[in-house]
Amino acid sequence: MTQPGKIETTSGRNSLRPTDEEIAFLKDRAKFCRLETIRLIEIAKVGHYTSVFSAAELFSALYYDAMRLRRGEPTWQDRDRFMMGKGHAAVGLFPILADLDFIDRDLLDGYTRLGSPLGDHPDMTKVPGIDFSSGSIGHALSAGCGMALAGRMMDKDFFTFVMIGDGELQEGQVWEAALFGAHNKLGRLIGIIDRNGYQLDGSVDDIIGVEPIVEKWQAFGWETHVVDGHDVAAVATLLRSLRADGARTRPVMIVAQTVKGKGVSYMETEPGWHLGYLDPSDAARAVAEIEAMEI
Amino acid sequence: MNKPLSEKSWQYRQLNAVTPGLDALSDALIELVAAGEPIVAGTADLQYSNGLSKFHAQHPDRFVQFGISEQNMVSSAAGMAAVGMKPYVATFASFLALLCCEQIRMDVAYSKLPVRLIGHHAGISLGFYGTSHHATEDLAIMRSIANLTVIAPADGNQLMEVIKASNDYPHPIYIRIQRGRDPEVYAQRQPFTIGKAISHHTGTDLTIIATGSTVHPALEATRALRAAGASVGFLDMATVKPIDRNAILEAAAQSPQILTVEEHNVLGGLGGAVAEVLAGEGLPVKLTRHGIYDEYSLIAPPTHLYAHYELDAKGIEKRATRLLEGRA
Repeated sequence: MTQPGKIETTSGRNSLRPTDEEIAFLKDRAKFCRLETIRLIEIAKVGHYTSVFSAAELFSALYYDAMRLRRGEPTWQDRDRFMMGKGHAAVGLFPILADLDFIDRDLLDGYTRLGSPLGDHPDMTKVPGIDFSSGSIGHALSAGCGMALAGRMMDKDFFTFVMIGDGELQEGQVWEAALFGAHNKLGRLIGIIDRNGYQLDGSVDDIIGVEPIVEKWQAFGWETHVVDGHDVAAVATLLRSLRADGARTRPVMIVAQTVKGKGVSYMETEPGWHLGYLDPSDAARAVAEIEAMEI
Repeated sequence: MNKPLSEKSWQYRQLNAVTPGLDALSDALIELVAAGEPIVAGTADLQYSNGLSKFHAQHPDRFVQFGISEQNMVSSAAGMAAVGMKPYVATFASFLALLCCEQIRMDVAYSKLPVRLIGHHAGISLGFYGTSHHATEDLAIMRSIANLTVIAPADGNQLMEVIKASNDYPHPIYIRIQRGRDPEVYAQRQPFTIGKAISHHTGTDLTIIATGSTVHPALEATRALRAAGASVGFLDMATVKPIDRNAILEAAAQSPQILTVEEHNVLGGLGGAVAEVLAGEGLPVKLTRHGIYDEYSLIAPPTHLYAHYELDAKGIEKRATRLLEGRA
């Protein structure tokens, strides 16, 4: 089985599509991300289950396949960078950082408790492996532009991945970054919109509609791709192909079609789970659903 | 072509491109690039206002034009700093400190990234451009952001030394400057220590403390008062945060009255910082905070405004004289 976080994970492949074995592993890590999220939110007594569940396959394909990382070396200068505007999904990222030996696994057990480096939103000054702090929606794509531009100025070949929420597209700063990234031809900048359709107050389309998303990014000069965000093989294949092209002159925006709360049936169908808490008995049922899920 | 014929006609770029005081920022950054530092300079459609056009011409590969997207500029600068560059980004103080306040707090200060934020045309120095272009709140706002150092150099020479001192400074800095037309306070460049006030005079009647643009007129007022026989001290408090407590305590030990002078609201800026030190120590010193008295400035050319608000040398002298004569 492929080991997570091995050196230069994106190089030396003959085929861009992951093998069946690799796909099984990525599915397993997405499941791990969901299960750990349930465990950690049980400690905090409130959290963003559904924001993680929509992105679990994306996290898995990024951290265990597409990104150039070294296990246990979160400050390696040439690593690919990842940040998310939807910082409230950090609870799903922390277990992955522990799994990659970026942070001590024991830290997870104290998630959100007094003095813990791990809160609802990621803090780069406290958590090795967090490449940029977030929590205020709308900043991340700008920071990603800065990283990608600086990388080019410093003759570095790392890629910068930025995940943003679909509700986040309502923030004006995102569109400042959209102009800037295209103008500066930041081809090593890969954005991913977690298009799960919901934000805190309800459906994104009902609140302030953001469609047509693909056409907007195309009009801004970005290369666009649409992918089923829960088809981890498709996500990994796409990310591999994008990661393999270092000469691209346009930044990329991937629209990942996802389901908010994917893996827990009532979370998928009932709006209002943006923030929530599951009593241990309900958590056990949710775990059972996730254990049984086949994507 | 129906071009202007008079030599007195001018274009914005030409006017600003030949203002010598504007060179300080670029010159200091060019020095750092020459020393091999990973400097990157950026602005938001104001390279001719802040003089970064000179840096741009010399180092086009290290200059970033962000366009009219100040928030994107600040967050991007943080991203650049996060991967090892030393960004200096500049725009009007009004836009930087107010429009980008949250980006500064989250992406720069909270994240402890060594970004240098240059807020230029601060205070009411944009005169008749009006309140949208004035910044009389920036010191108060920036001072209340944890991890952020706040410095207001008095002239081009001091700015160059502040930039030099900032190079290896581990914290983010907000640097508040004017229009690049400041009269010279320091004839030569002198090494600048962040957090250390510069004492020009000591006095037993009154100590005047000024920062940035008010250093020159307040120092001139101090000299006039001293020439008239009053014992007036003077401190250049270029670093507003962390403020030089010892310098304030020494002044309080020497003189029964302190007058702070700033091109800023009297609430929360230099005067506020000095008040916090004095009150915290329980010192029986009368403090008068002079500046803009919690109002929006009138419209006028800058020099007219400085006269109106008693922020020029004569006005400051009059303000101090009233204090010395016990008339408040």
